[in-house]
Amino acid sequence: MMLAGISFPPIAEVLNWRPIAFAGTPYMFNKIAVLTLASAAITLVLFWLAGRRAELVPHGLQNLVESAVEFVRNTIVLDVMGPEGLAWLPWLVGLFFFILFNNLFEVVPFIQMPATARTSVTIPLAVISYVTFIAVGIRRQGFVHYFRSALVPRGVPAVLLILLVPIELLSTFIVRPFALAIRLFGNMLAGHLLLITFAVISEALFVKSIALVALPLPAAMLVVVTGYEIFVGFLQAFIFTILTAVYIGEAMGAEH
Amino acid sequence: MHNVVATVIAAASSVNLRKGLAELGSGLAYGLAALGPGIGIGIIFGQAVSAIARQPETAGAVRSLAFIGFALAEALALIGFVVFVLLKYTG
Repeated sequence: MMLAGISFPPIAEVLNWRPIAFAGTPYMFNKIAVLTLASAAITLVLFWLAGRRAELVPHGLQNLVESAVEFVRNTIVLDVMGPEGLAWLPWLVGLFFFILFNNLFEVVPFIQMPATARTSVTIPLAVISYVTFIAVGIRRQGFVHYFRSALVPRGVPAVLLILLVPIELLSTFIVRPFALAIRLFGNMLAGHLLLITFAVISEALFVKSIALVALPLPAAMLVVVTGYEIFVGFLQAFIFTILTAVYIGEAMGAEH
Repeated sequence: MHNVVATVIAAASSVNLRKGLAELGSGLAYGLAALGPGIGIGIIFGQAVSAIARQPETAGAVRSLAFIGFALAEALALIGFVVFVLLKYTG
């Protein structure tokens, strides 16, 4: 596609990924699969290294990892779920760091692809959170009692229930998993497309020397948008984790 | 004159109505989807600023809630963006 004398590669190149191995089968392995495995491996290695020779007064890597766990513990678990949510802390820390490293791959040179910009990564994560909070609700409160407490709010006159129960059903059991998946996917895809746009414009101007005078503008925007994308990566990992914690906390006990 | 008419007829008969509507719809989808969340995010952060101004000691809790509210409102705008991408490149 040509625009103002600059040629843009077709955007479908971003959406179709070359298979690296097992092409054509359902177990096709491409760059996205490599990135998700790398993110999981980095998370595991990071925590193993930090806890290897644990000291009472932490230094270095142990200090850094402990402060990250403190952040998840205070802001996400204790504020939202209360002390009985601490059993969920290991899983939530792992979820937070997995999504965080996948998001941060967007700004790493030579990788430059957030694996969470593919619905094949965000949909399973959302499905796991969805199944988890329903399972916790059913286990804690019993099948009938959980659905009654989730669908029928307290203190509502019986006449309004005919209108309210379908709305609650839709919002709690149908919209939540979709919103979790699409929120993370949309943020990462939009950021990725922004970075691609400014990078392609900068490169095209750099090659055509007359337009070099306009080069600082898209290049400056590229730097700014890269910084913004790092922030969005942290924010979206935090939001996914804290919403999962909110849903589990809600399913655990409507009595407080 | 005859040439103009012939050109217009040729252009009109080669136009692809479905593709044109998909392009139009994709632009409208994101444009309209960004209106509500824009106002909503402004309200959220405005209230967060005035809450912190009233009681600076609650700044931590207010900041967390502000970011949660921001992400929930932004999700709606981003669903519009996903509709735009879907319509433009696969519609």
